[in-house]
Amino acid sequence: MAATETTLDAASGRGWRPSRPTRASIGDWVTDNVILVVLVVLIVGIAIYDSDFIAVRNLQNILINSSTRILVALGAGIVLISRGVDLSGGRMVGLAAVVSASMLQTETYSRQFYPDMPELALILPIAIAVAITTFLGCINGVVVAKLRVPPFIATLGMMVIAFGMTALYIDQPPNLSQPISGLRDDFKFLGSGWLALGPVSVPFIIAVAGTAAVIFWVLLEKTVFGKNVYAIGGNPQAAQVSGVNVARTLIGVYAIAGACYGVAGVLEAARTGGAAGGYGELYELDAIAACVVGGVSTAGGIGRVRGIVAGVLVFAVISYGFTFIGINPFWQQIIKGAIIIGAVAFDVSRSRRTR
Amino acid sequence: MTSVDTAPASPPITDMDAAPLLSMRGITKMFPGVTALDGVDITVRAGTVHALVGENGAGKSTLMNVLAGLVQPDAGEVRLAGEPVRFSNPAEGMAAGISMIQQELHPVPARSVMENIWLGRFPRGRFGLVDHDRMRRDSRRLFQGIGVELDPDALAGELSVSQVQLMEIARAVSFDARVVIMDEPTSSLSENEVQRLFALIADLRAKGVAVIYISHKLEEITAISDEVSIMRDGRMIGTWPTASITISQVITRMVGRDLTDRYPGRHVAQGDVLLDVESLTSPIPGSFREVSFRLHRGEVLGIGGLVGAQRTELVEAIFGLRAIASGTISVDGRVEAIRSPIDAKRLGMALLTEDRRHSGVVPTRSVFENVILAHMPRYANRFGIVDTARARRDAGRVLGRLRVRTPSLQTPLTSLSGGNQQKVLFSRWLLAEPEILILDEPTRGIDVGAKFEIYTIINELAAQGKGIIMISSELPELIGESDRILVMCRGRLTGIVDRADANEATIMRLATDVLDDEPEAAISAVA
Repeated sequence: MAATETTLDAASGRGWRPSRPTRASIGDWVTDNVILVVLVVLIVGIAIYDSDFIAVRNLQNILINSSTRILVALGAGIVLISRGVDLSGGRMVGLAAVVSASMLQTETYSRQFYPDMPELALILPIAIAVAITTFLGCINGVVVAKLRVPPFIATLGMMVIAFGMTALYIDQPPNLSQPISGLRDDFKFLGSGWLALGPVSVPFIIAVAGTAAVIFWVLLEKTVFGKNVYAIGGNPQAAQVSGVNVARTLIGVYAIAGACYGVAGVLEAARTGGAAGGYGELYELDAIAACVVGGVSTAGGIGRVRGIVAGVLVFAVISYGFTFIGINPFWQQIIKGAIIIGAVAFDVSRSRRTR
Repeated sequence: MTSVDTAPASPPITDMDAAPLLSMRGITKMFPGVTALDGVDITVRAGTVHALVGENGAGKSTLMNVLAGLVQPDAGEVRLAGEPVRFSNPAEGMAAGISMIQQELHPVPARSVMENIWLGRFPRGRFGLVDHDRMRRDSRRLFQGIGVELDPDALAGELSVSQVQLMEIARAVSFDARVVIMDEPTSSLSENEVQRLFALIADLRAKGVAVIYISHKLEEITAISDEVSIMRDGRMIGTWPTASITISQVITRMVGRDLTDRYPGRHVAQGDVLLDVESLTSPIPGSFREVSFRLHRGEVLGIGGLVGAQRTELVEAIFGLRAIASGTISVDGRVEAIRSPIDAKRLGMALLTEDRRHSGVVPTRSVFENVILAHMPRYANRFGIVDTARARRDAGRVLGRLRVRTPSLQTPLTSLSGGNQQKVLFSRWLLAEPEILILDEPTRGIDVGAKFEIYTIINELAAQGKGIIMISSELPELIGESDRILVMCRGRLTGIVDRADANEATIMRLATDVLDDEPEAAISAVA
């Protein structure tokens, strides 16, 4: 037993001295990053079928289509890691889309939501929309952490409430539940514009999603908050006994998720040039599916940003790529469902083997 | 298998020295990077109690898992009553008469005792429905046969730990077990319950069952076993008749070196009062009430008592995990309101909890993350980002002090042996450099060598002027380590015993006494 173990010697006082450096094999890397392998296999497979698929424009479109989904999945992911689940994400996307779009229409547009409203600074409606969803996220957190309502129920309730709020808001006269369009160009730029970063330029929406992913990576891997989230997800009692402020951390988790949904909703409105009450519907389940496929454990405590992003991309590649090569969209549903089940079955069998 | 009635009966035992009931030869098992078992031989005779001892990670549990069919060996042969056997799962092992009672029990709490016992082989009646009457009758007969008093209809979740253990033993016997493996069966039992368990084991032995008994409590081994097998580092050191070997010989062979004294000595130099607890009372009826004591700097204060004495509840209340109805807690002479572990930590307290799995280990995280869990703000800059390099150095240092065996800091904590996990959790609080260290059963389930290291650390901390509170159900440990022993019985403080006056009889008397007088009378004698 002592062959590869290291006994730390108190007498020597030198502390940590691993006897043999462990080197991960390629096989280990593949099992740890199976979602990346699936992603590459999908892209290569579609490209073999139709080599036109490998075009910068197609890959760009996939990333653009994924951007808001990545934001929603990051929010849903951090909640899953904390041993919770958030079903309210999709409807919060809809709420933020409607709220921001309603205040950012061109003054010349005939059916304005607020006919008498002067032109606002771009940031103001966006800030209002994100603040609303962040606040709703906070409420999710308080209900879960303080009132001890199971997250599934708490966020199911919030999902229904957020949809009710969206429907009520958009139903105000003179709009009366019409879809909102005629958005300002500076707002639409956020969804379709390009950002020049030195010699290269990238779509703004991809830059936002990428930035969010980097922020999440730092947050989860490097900060006290993130490590506390992992610990709470792994064993809430141990975290509490260790003096971690569990309630405050959980409220933070749900609030951050709410903020993600808000930003996603704003970008969704900007990207599509409008908003309607049904925006964001079922995004929360797509997000949870992407997380799970990306290796996030629904039992809490496990999950990485890399996996979440890859999970979203896998579904985006399937949607876009299979449409590109002309596979019946209903087949896509069956394949997506099979991937969800298969990914988790693989994860479960792997953790059983290593235990 | 549909019913126990159809299972083969155990063979009659006529001669104690007959051919061995069980023999394992050359058992080898490799786990990735680790040789857990290296050509282990063991022979167990029917109608004997065979003790299996060794340090944490010596391979005892793996060997028993091989026997029970939970783990497949890479090499070696198992013979049961002379016949070679190979079990690919625990069900096959049970069918052949090998029952294992795990160290950590997993009853189905919301179901009755009888359903737990017959789970997987419910007796069927008409229309294939479960025959509850017959199940109840069979359970009663089973309990009578082994002298266990349990209500077949009680919910498993309402049983005490020891009752669950009795239920598991009854379940093991119900398979007509020829070999019963018990892994640390007394770790959560009180003295009385241990005696009952021993009587039950003697009964099984008389019926010709071979009992393989794993325990770190060497006194128990001398008390009940016929033979003792000692393992170290995945190898079998040897088997001796228990009567022919002393405890210190067993320890020397287990550890591979001499441990002259099991409790390292210490200079006692008590300082000022560090913690002053006055008439602390729980809002829950039947829990602790009117408990008063003082902890001095440089003191190790033991807390003794039986299961149900509310010792854990008391220290958890002091640490802010449970509410108090009345009473005060003063730290360094100031009355403090401790509403959460966050408050307690701020006051320099640390609590190593009793239930490692429930409130200690974060199973999804590495050794490193588990060690620094309680201290991350200390390593964070103003953006909340953790200085991993510095945290790793400190974590490595405390793990080194406790001689934790782990391949690396990044190893998942759950892949370590139980004793090493406990040492990692101890390291978590050592890193806090607490003024008041509360330890709830700190050495439960860990081996002699590791215990000695933990005692040494406790003594070092005491010598530095820290105050230590140690709950322990092991009387020798309590007496060997504490300066004073606070004894509780059913939520009340029944006495405080000085080290000089402490012996097992005094403590047991206080722990079992139903108190007539007010507790103050007992306290004033030593305060």
